[in-house]
Amino acid sequence: MKKGLFFIIPIIYFYFSSINAITYNSEPQIFVQELVDDAVKSLSDKSLTKEEKNEAIEKIALENVDIKGLGLYTLGKIRKNLDESTMNKYQDLFQKYFLKSLTSRLTDYSSQKFEVFDSEQKSSNYTIVNSKIAESLKSPEIKIDWRIYTKNPQKPLIRDLIVEGLSLARTQKEEFASILNSNNNDVNALINKLQEFISN
Amino acid sequence: MEFKKIRIILYTILLSIFLSVSANAQSEKECFEKVSRGIFKFNQGFDNIILEPVAKVYNKLPEPVKNGTGNFTSNIATLLSIPNHLLQGELRYAGHATGSFVINSTIGILGLSNPAAKLGLENQKEDLGQTLGSYGVKGGCYFVLPILGPTTLRDSVGMVVDNNYLDAFARVTWHEREIKSISGSKLDYVGIKSAEAIDFRGDNMLNFESLEKNSIDLYAAQKSLYLQNRSKKIKNETGTDDDAWGDLDK
Repeated sequence: MKKGLFFIIPIIYFYFSSINAITYNSEPQIFVQELVDDAVKSLSDKSLTKEEKNEAIEKIALENVDIKGLGLYTLGKIRKNLDESTMNKYQDLFQKYFLKSLTSRLTDYSSQKFEVFDSEQKSSNYTIVNSKIAESLKSPEIKIDWRIYTKNPQKPLIRDLIVEGLSLARTQKEEFASILNSNNNDVNALINKLQEFISN
Repeated sequence: MEFKKIRIILYTILLSIFLSVSANAQSEKECFEKVSRGIFKFNQGFDNIILEPVAKVYNKLPEPVKNGTGNFTSNIATLLSIPNHLLQGELRYAGHATGSFVINSTIGILGLSNPAAKLGLENQKEDLGQTLGSYGVKGGCYFVLPILGPTTLRDSVGMVVDNNYLDAFARVTWHEREIKSISGSKLDYVGIKSAEAIDFRGDNMLNFESLEKNSIDLYAAQKSLYLQNRSKKIKNETGTDDDAWGDLDK
């Protein structure tokens, strides 16, 4: 695990935040840079309380992260066997889980230079945007790749962050898979775990 | 004598390949999950009672002291990277690692500072687990060791061979062999490895807290991160090739 890996996660997610709903550029590389620049501006705003910042994060995450897609991905193959009602219940809980996890990861923000330096279109649906957070006294340079979902080219959405080669979505997926595997693939076991996390 | 050592290394590599293949090509499946989860809990306890408190105290030390510790342990780890770069046929990296070790051990005052990095010498950590992985040997199966943490069959076999044959530092200290009039003791080995663990734990204090707080299955999260990290190191890349996302859009 590289220095600052999980410290940086809330910062990156926090980059999504903005008080007003802003439409970012549809070109993935510019989309990420604009989002980050905007967030840095919000982060520097000392007039905001922690709660206001949390609200802002949630709002921006809802608008710029494909939470539904992420929920399906983390569920794995079992998603194909679920009835509509169970799927809706899962998706609802997953969204709450995702947002709570996101905001609870907020820690002190230390301003570091962020730079988007490249991107690669993997398919018509995906572009990987490469960025890095500059080295500081407390932390080495950290590379972050953004998996941007571009099925609707006018509205890119974030699906994953790959921090120094470690995919956050994949980690989440494997965590869920472990719970499912130890409970005979019973999705209710996962649902109960999510409920437990949300209510704590 | 030297031939015998080489033969033992080759046997170990072959054994590792055999074990991996015989695991039905199901890489990184659990060997004995219940036992591993039990050991994981023990390790959590060890971390809560000993490692984390010590790392918190360590983090209060002045920055130059912490940087010096990190540099010193990294420089010693280079001794293991050099033979593994060679085994992987990465002559350029082997040259960089050797240059880095020589410069840091001399100009860098026994490795306390890292002037080699400023000269552009890359110093990637390598071990036999990575070397085997680079030749296509799968992880085999995943399990957790007391104190040492997560590993796989391939990586644990690699660790034993590294310790016994490839790591010059381990040979001088843990095995108390004298090399060119340099000698050490088991205590030196344990001391350096402990310092390395404390430095790592201290650097990742917030990461561990965040992971612990936000995981609904911490054991599985740690397993995923370990395996992803090993895969990244074997491929020497930071990107992702996870194409399961494509399956989602079908």
